[in-house]
Amino acid sequence: MGRTLAEKVWDAHVVREAEGEPDLLYIDLHLVHEVTSPQAFEALRLAGRPVRRTDLTLATEDHNVPTTDTLLPIADPVSAAQVEALRGNCAEAGVRLFPMNDPGQGIVHVVGPQLGLSQPGMTIVCGDSHTSTHGAFGALAFGIGTSQVEHVLATQTLPQRRPRTMAVTVEGDLPPGVTAKDLILAIIARIGTGGGAGYVIEYRGAAIRGLSMEGRMTVCNMSIEAGARAGMIAPDETTFAYLAGRERVATGTDWDDAVAYWRTLGSDPDAEYDHEVVIDATTLTPYVTWGTNPGQAAPLGSPVPTPEDYADPAARASAQRALTYMGLTAGTPLSEVAVDTVFIGSCTNGRLSDLRAAAEVLRGRRVADGVRVLIVPGSMLIKAEAEAEGLDEVFEAAGAQWRSAGCSMCLGMNPDTLAPGERSASTSNRNFEGRQGQGGRTHLVSPEVAAATAVTGRLTAPADL
Amino acid sequence: MEAFTTHTGRAVPLRRSDVDTDQIIPSDWLKRIERTGFGAGLFSEWRADESFVLNNPAYAGASILLAGMDFGTGSSREHAVWALQDYGFRAVISARFADIFRGNALGNGLLPVQLAARTVERLQTAVEQDPTLEITVDLVAREVRGADVTASFELDDFTRWRLLEGLDDVGLTLRHEELVTAFERTRPAWLPTTG
Repeated sequence: MGRTLAEKVWDAHVVREAEGEPDLLYIDLHLVHEVTSPQAFEALRLAGRPVRRTDLTLATEDHNVPTTDTLLPIADPVSAAQVEALRGNCAEAGVRLFPMNDPGQGIVHVVGPQLGLSQPGMTIVCGDSHTSTHGAFGALAFGIGTSQVEHVLATQTLPQRRPRTMAVTVEGDLPPGVTAKDLILAIIARIGTGGGAGYVIEYRGAAIRGLSMEGRMTVCNMSIEAGARAGMIAPDETTFAYLAGRERVATGTDWDDAVAYWRTLGSDPDAEYDHEVVIDATTLTPYVTWGTNPGQAAPLGSPVPTPEDYADPAARASAQRALTYMGLTAGTPLSEVAVDTVFIGSCTNGRLSDLRAAAEVLRGRRVADGVRVLIVPGSMLIKAEAEAEGLDEVFEAAGAQWRSAGCSMCLGMNPDTLAPGERSASTSNRNFEGRQGQGGRTHLVSPEVAAATAVTGRLTAPADL
Repeated sequence: MEAFTTHTGRAVPLRRSDVDTDQIIPSDWLKRIERTGFGAGLFSEWRADESFVLNNPAYAGASILLAGMDFGTGSSREHAVWALQDYGFRAVISARFADIFRGNALGNGLLPVQLAARTVERLQTAVEQDPTLEITVDLVAREVRGADVTASFELDDFTRWRLLEGLDDVGLTLRHEELVTAFERTRPAWLPTTG
């Protein structure tokens, strides 16, 4: 029987298999940031163990870093200490680090791809659940906890149980104005936040083939919000074109060898998945979340749902709680929900194409009175590229704030947070209670909807401007 | 890692589904570089509400969490497990766990026990009626006993053995270091390094 993409990548990395035990998988790339690594480095130090492969390890500062006044010391002493700890740990172990203000610094899941480090067929891990992003290249990439970070630092391997496989086939083409973000929100609404638990999702079908690498990263990024640790897309010409010429990508005959191998990775025609879901792309419209988990999403053109309509008592209770927290009334058109803040950025939607899409909407328009708009590039390189195109001028002319690179308001570990009761339209990945600041209310949206919302002050699609 | 064999204790019913790790330990707490002291931050936003179940004195000292469906979703933060343990929990029972949370829990000796939703519901109802009721989580027999419930749960033999012995993965893997070295010699030349 044929094998799926995930199975091929898995099989190529098994260092040891033994009856009844998890497989020991080799890890090709380990990405590190300041939040989930200090206890891992400390444990290594206590055990007297070195980092096994510093040449397969890369660190960046992203979660805590401020996005204004970045040349000043970090004001929050606890954040500053954590960033300092990463610098000390990387220096001691010999791990390459992109510190604040370095041209290479950025969000860990933006930095890997832009360097060309994230490649088809690789195993990639990071102490961050959005590591699933790198699956866009046909890599098996998943988030891990700090004990596993320690394990990879020490051994460059991880013991893992073989996951089940799920195919999400998106048939047809996305209609104009419907983005990768809308697609993944629709998929999560369909599968549910736990529906992907235990699975690696492979996204396939015409709509996926039609996405750029950046769009594919947006889709794979949010696989974890459906409960799947990893999402993958088979590599194709779009993938190869993105990789060619990047800093850490092979050249010459090594490149030819790599591409020849990458072409063998796609799922075999007779491969079987443990579960299959089919989505019709042609009927999709812009999606937004109304609740407090990413599965609580609906078309922007629909009303806030009525909890009593849910047959499942747990889903009903969850919807009721969500509406109370979000301060929403069932039946209100989502397009009438007013926001205080718009956040454009994150590992989901902080790449150059996202910024271009937002700029396209904001060009020649003004942000609505009283709305705070933060635009935070995913990396310093993207910041430079956006500025070279004059996007910063478009944003500032519209009344938005153009910031420096980092995770920022996606999770509010730096000073960019919502105040209690404030409501945002956010291009990030989680609308959990308090995610963007205690008491903050988050609606997940695409960059296009975020920009249009900035203009009107309420949830709006560009087509309705 | 602390070994887990069998544990008997009182239990708290947390009747909420999709409890994400941002709720278990909010991100403000993630700035700390230590591994201990996270119990004070456990469910800190929800504990600000007096009516939250953990604030009910009847459940003080409980060591088993009876959680809703899809517990531990979202962020990979192992701090969620550290917070539950630091607060005093030894086991969490749910109808389904998020994968990363489950792996983190197993790596730290906090036992994630998956039971059928209706069994979790029965246990929740039982401890709501009688908070002094004790529940036993028996890893040796792979069984939960309490109220009028006896329910077996699944956990593979290898993981069970590792938990019973309190062994950590790094030590186990380093026994096979020669296989790792041999594998490294087979890796293709085009694979990237971080430079």
